[in-house]
Amino acid sequence: MKVKLHGTRGAYPTSSPTNQTYGGNTSCIEVIHGDERIIVDAGTGILGIDFDHYYKANSINILLTHLHMDHIQGLAFCKPLFNPKKEVHIWGPSGSPESLQSRLNRFLSPPLFPIPLRDIPATLIIKELPNTNFRIGKFEISSEYISHPGPTVGFRITCGSKSITYMPDHEPVIGKSHLFPEDDWVSGFNLAYQADLLIHDSQYSLKDYQTKVGWGHSSLEMAAEFCSRAKAKHLIMFHHDPTNTDDERTEMFETFMSSVNYDFPIDLAVQGQEIEV
Amino acid sequence: MPAHEIEIILSRQLADCLTVPVFIVNPEGTLLFYNEPAEGILGKKFEDTGAMPVDDWGTSFFPYDEDGKDLSPLELPLVQTIRNKVPAHKTFWIKSLNGKSTKISVTSIPIIGRSNVFSGAMAIFWDNEVIR
Repeated sequence: MKVKLHGTRGAYPTSSPTNQTYGGNTSCIEVIHGDERIIVDAGTGILGIDFDHYYKANSINILLTHLHMDHIQGLAFCKPLFNPKKEVHIWGPSGSPESLQSRLNRFLSPPLFPIPLRDIPATLIIKELPNTNFRIGKFEISSEYISHPGPTVGFRITCGSKSITYMPDHEPVIGKSHLFPEDDWVSGFNLAYQADLLIHDSQYSLKDYQTKVGWGHSSLEMAAEFCSRAKAKHLIMFHHDPTNTDDERTEMFETFMSSVNYDFPIDLAVQGQEIEV
Repeated sequence: MPAHEIEIILSRQLADCLTVPVFIVNPEGTLLFYNEPAEGILGKKFEDTGAMPVDDWGTSFFPYDEDGKDLSPLELPLVQTIRNKVPAHKTFWIKSLNGKSTKISVTSIPIIGRSNVFSGAMAIFWDNEVIR
């Protein structure tokens, strides 16, 4: 199984020259096994996917963790949606009195977007995800609500003996320095437990987090503590704050790494990077 | 042990920030969490006990009404909420294991998250003799 990071930025896309190291596109990854692929989140990173080359099948699956703009902004411009021969399955969180289709339609309709959802040429199949397990081809997927404002799920994607956990927006504990000591009180724990790869929110420095408690994001410190508690084997720090230059982000990361001694690899997510699991 | 539902975890986060006693129970009545102010009611610390089955925590204090008559478990708001999945409220007295009696008001609410599953209940205790 392989993961490709198409968008690693949080909040909003940036084209600043100071953000080219880790990339300016917002959240989107692809999980790949042989010729099977699923897309997770539809930030502007989704626009970097070569649909003509890799998605010749008529059916395409896009999983959404939640509907904040940085996770759906690319959906409106995603090529398969404008191909009447394509069947696009969009999987996203339930948990609102309003249907997922209706919530997506708020964005994919005038005045925010010229074409209403009902006029999208592709066949759209919209599926709501509560806490559940389901399968797409060879991928077994678990979705579970996690701590982030509004209905938000994390995903654990398993293929054979390998598993990837994706939680791009997650504040596993709110306003505390550390997670609760008991594992069963840690948001997202089930999804991340012993995952081979954990892609996790780490938007803030510890200092920045102090003024953004409850905004739904983690510090580098919290992401690493969460990974350690869940015994995940490799941490990719994701959802970079666009207000930081990449040099600042690198310095923040190096300072953090020099202060800890975890027994698993930790890396900053880089747009375009492919990770073999 | 699998982690609790997110709405239960976030309920603990709230309880952890409050100065009034709070109990959080699952649908079976197991006391999943009680905050520091609630330790005075139970005479126990969560750090020491962890989760407690109803048979353990239900005998830690003795509820009675204004006439001094013992209240049955079914009359307690938290039990009513677990049974009926609706909010409940009652003012009554409790005597703790050390013999101290306190007039309290208890409000309990069902916890039903986005999965639309009843995952437990939260009870907030109000000590009527404390002027805030």
